[in-house]
Amino acid sequence: MPRLIIERRFKTPFILSIVFPLLSIVLALLTSSLLLLALNVSPLGALKGMINGALGSWYGISEVLVKAIPLVICGIAVALAFTMKVWNIGAEGQIYLGALASAAAVRYFPVENTFFMLSVMAVMAILAGAFWGGIAGYLKGRWNVNEIITTLMLNYVAIHLVDYFVYGPWRDPSSLGFPMTAPFPDFARLPTFGGTRVHAWIFLALIIVILYRVVIRWTRWGFEIRAIGENQRAALYAGIPYIRNVVLVMAVSGALSALAGMGEIAGLQGRLQHGFSPGYGYTAIIVAWLARLNPWGTVLVSIFMGIIMVGGETLQVIMRLPLASVQVIQGLILLFVLASEFFRNYKIRILSGDGR
Amino acid sequence: MKGITKSFYGIRANDEVNFEVRPGEIHTLLGENGAGKSTLMNILCGLYTPERGTIKINGEKCFFKSPKDAINAGIGMLHQHFMLVPVMTVWENVALGDKELPQVLPKNKVIEQIKELSDVYGLSVNPLAPVWQLSVGEQQRVAIVKLLYRRAKVLILDEPTAVLTPQEARHLFRVIKKMAEEGHGIVFISHKLDEVLEISDRITVLRKGRNVGTVAKEEASKEKLAEMMIGKRVAFAIDKPIQNPGKEVLNVKNIKVLGDRGRLKVNGISFSLRQREILGIAGVSGNGQEELAEALTGLRKPISGKVFVDGDDVTTGNPRDFMKRRVSYIPADRKGTGLIANMNLRENIALRKYWKSEYTRFGFFINWERIAGHTGKLVERFSVANPSLSYPVRLLSGGNMQKLMLARELSDNPRVIVAVQPTWGLDIGATHYVREVLVSQKEKGSGILLITDDLEEILALSDRIAVIHGGEIVGIVDNPDKVTEEELGLMMAGTKLEKYPVYDLKEDELE
Repeated sequence: MPRLIIERRFKTPFILSIVFPLLSIVLALLTSSLLLLALNVSPLGALKGMINGALGSWYGISEVLVKAIPLVICGIAVALAFTMKVWNIGAEGQIYLGALASAAAVRYFPVENTFFMLSVMAVMAILAGAFWGGIAGYLKGRWNVNEIITTLMLNYVAIHLVDYFVYGPWRDPSSLGFPMTAPFPDFARLPTFGGTRVHAWIFLALIIVILYRVVIRWTRWGFEIRAIGENQRAALYAGIPYIRNVVLVMAVSGALSALAGMGEIAGLQGRLQHGFSPGYGYTAIIVAWLARLNPWGTVLVSIFMGIIMVGGETLQVIMRLPLASVQVIQGLILLFVLASEFFRNYKIRILSGDGR
Repeated sequence: MKGITKSFYGIRANDEVNFEVRPGEIHTLLGENGAGKSTLMNILCGLYTPERGTIKINGEKCFFKSPKDAINAGIGMLHQHFMLVPVMTVWENVALGDKELPQVLPKNKVIEQIKELSDVYGLSVNPLAPVWQLSVGEQQRVAIVKLLYRRAKVLILDEPTAVLTPQEARHLFRVIKKMAEEGHGIVFISHKLDEVLEISDRITVLRKGRNVGTVAKEEASKEKLAEMMIGKRVAFAIDKPIQNPGKEVLNVKNIKVLGDRGRLKVNGISFSLRQREILGIAGVSGNGQEELAEALTGLRKPISGKVFVDGDDVTTGNPRDFMKRRVSYIPADRKGTGLIANMNLRENIALRKYWKSEYTRFGFFINWERIAGHTGKLVERFSVANPSLSYPVRLLSGGNMQKLMLARELSDNPRVIVAVQPTWGLDIGATHYVREVLVSQKEKGSGILLITDDLEEILALSDRIAVIHGGEIVGIVDNPDKVTEEELGLMMAGTKLEKYPVYDLKEDELE
């Protein structure tokens, strides 16, 4: 009787960490073909449509970058918390709260100077995000309240808080009833480039990536959070204060996500509105995970996610595929990539015979 | 067992190992940590399946798919942790898991059987006592009753004396010999050579997953076994330099410390430690040693009492306050506390130093170059075998891990060293090295608090011995050369001896 033995890999060969993700994308596309065939759509045509839509034109590429910006920023934000094994899944709420705070800045402290206005918005967003993340951090540090629950719950609070304002006191009277604020004045808009929707936060994203690298590798604080993440007891033994660090990490993580939220409304939408983020905060968790908390990996995975999102939008428009089926394809790709992780970490051997 | 082979992570933990035990025989399996003893025994009791090799019982080939098969085949393992339910009584624990019993347990029948077994083997077990009331030694005997009750013919005893006082160990040995006389096959696992020589009929030595050889007791000696275990000759004796203590570096006054579950684990301990002195704290593990060590290094705050280092009150200090006063700590749990397994050698050296100004730039960045230089020197001085300084320490052997930790903790010429079980699980060579390093550090002027349950170690190194039991000091021995293991054993079990009084602390407290 042949038996399967699952063994942890001692070390993953580098080539496999490239081959497996690619292989899993191919498998996901093959699986998706079955669905597309059932819908009477040519799978090859759909694939071509996706790639063309995302990468076939400068516009497509610029849109991929537009999606990648918040993913990189939030991806780094959660990666920072994950480094310390603090599971911040509240990036989505922190995005909303950051947007809310910067919209409040536009509404209550308008300064007719782009630089000062944007600075005020950024500071407000940072404070709001740091506060929002810090709450979960303090509860975790002081009373060991599970941060997965608190950050998740705080997401709903933040999203509904935004809804309260855009449905209520801040609603633009001329919006024909749509839940959104009035458009921001020009001095509260992030500059965009070359007629595309790519906005200034693309540089912020790069700066954050580099800073993350420097902090984790070279600073005392980076070493402290890595030590806590690897072994909390040993970190205590090393005299690293836990509560202070968990609050700090959650605050920084929240502040970064909040900045991404500001980018979405000041760079793209130009106003605060209901449901402006299509779940970037949640996708960022997958980004950080697939990138293995590596900064440049985060950039690559974010771009990959951007391609899937833009390609999916194109399929809807060109092939007239229903939204649900596009989401199924996106889901399959993610599912296969995540499943391939198992094979990176484990290998399966087949033993034949009776244990001889 | 013939030709047993089993690999983990591509490393052969067992490579064509042969092992046999006859009825009525006590057969010791000897080897250093990582030699493959546990793997072999886990295969025998069905926890692992071997890749190759056969197991025969009474000449019949067996294939165990799960531990249940092994139990049915008459193989019983006495684990280091006894796996008893503390709130239940002895007989309930014995009956637990016996599938042949009817739904309504025949209490009297089970009790009868336990008494019978207890009488035959001299186990002195009371079937009606709740398990939580029993001492560790008694619990161990309950676990043995449980195995015998299940009609185990082969009993595997995995380092059974590690948790016992010498008196309890002697009782256990009588039981083991009786079991062998009654025709059971006993597999005895240990790395304490003295007791191995005392009890075994035959001894099989494993090294690096392979058989080194099997010798009869008559042909064996301590030196020969040690040589077989590690493959080269070893010295046992440590020169204990004459005591020449200097000024007091650590003073502990009547501290009380709570354990993890809020129970009082250290109940009013006082002592003083001087330079150039090793004070041994002897005791069966779990009597407050860990909590005491943590209270003396800032990891746990005492609820009352005072701790002074070089005259400074550091009772409520955090770990860094202790580090700043050059108090080093060698925790028992090196992989779980003392080192970070996934980090490399440099980072582990940095662990307790990275914040010091000589290793930072602008107080913000870590000067990794300087740490690398420092690590390189330490690794050489303490002969830590390693492929590179960027190597994760989890891949080092236990001995090299311990050397690395010692290197870090001893490098800044500490005032006080709190060393808990510093040679636990180390092979003979590494053990000898660690002890030598501790003694030479003592000569350099450190005061060392040696906390261990290894009596041999306590006797070999200590200038004074304090025996701890139930969170209190039971006696202090000023001249370790004169004390016997029996006397220490009695005190470890909580008996106060007039010969070894606890110092009167009133003078100190009058200050």
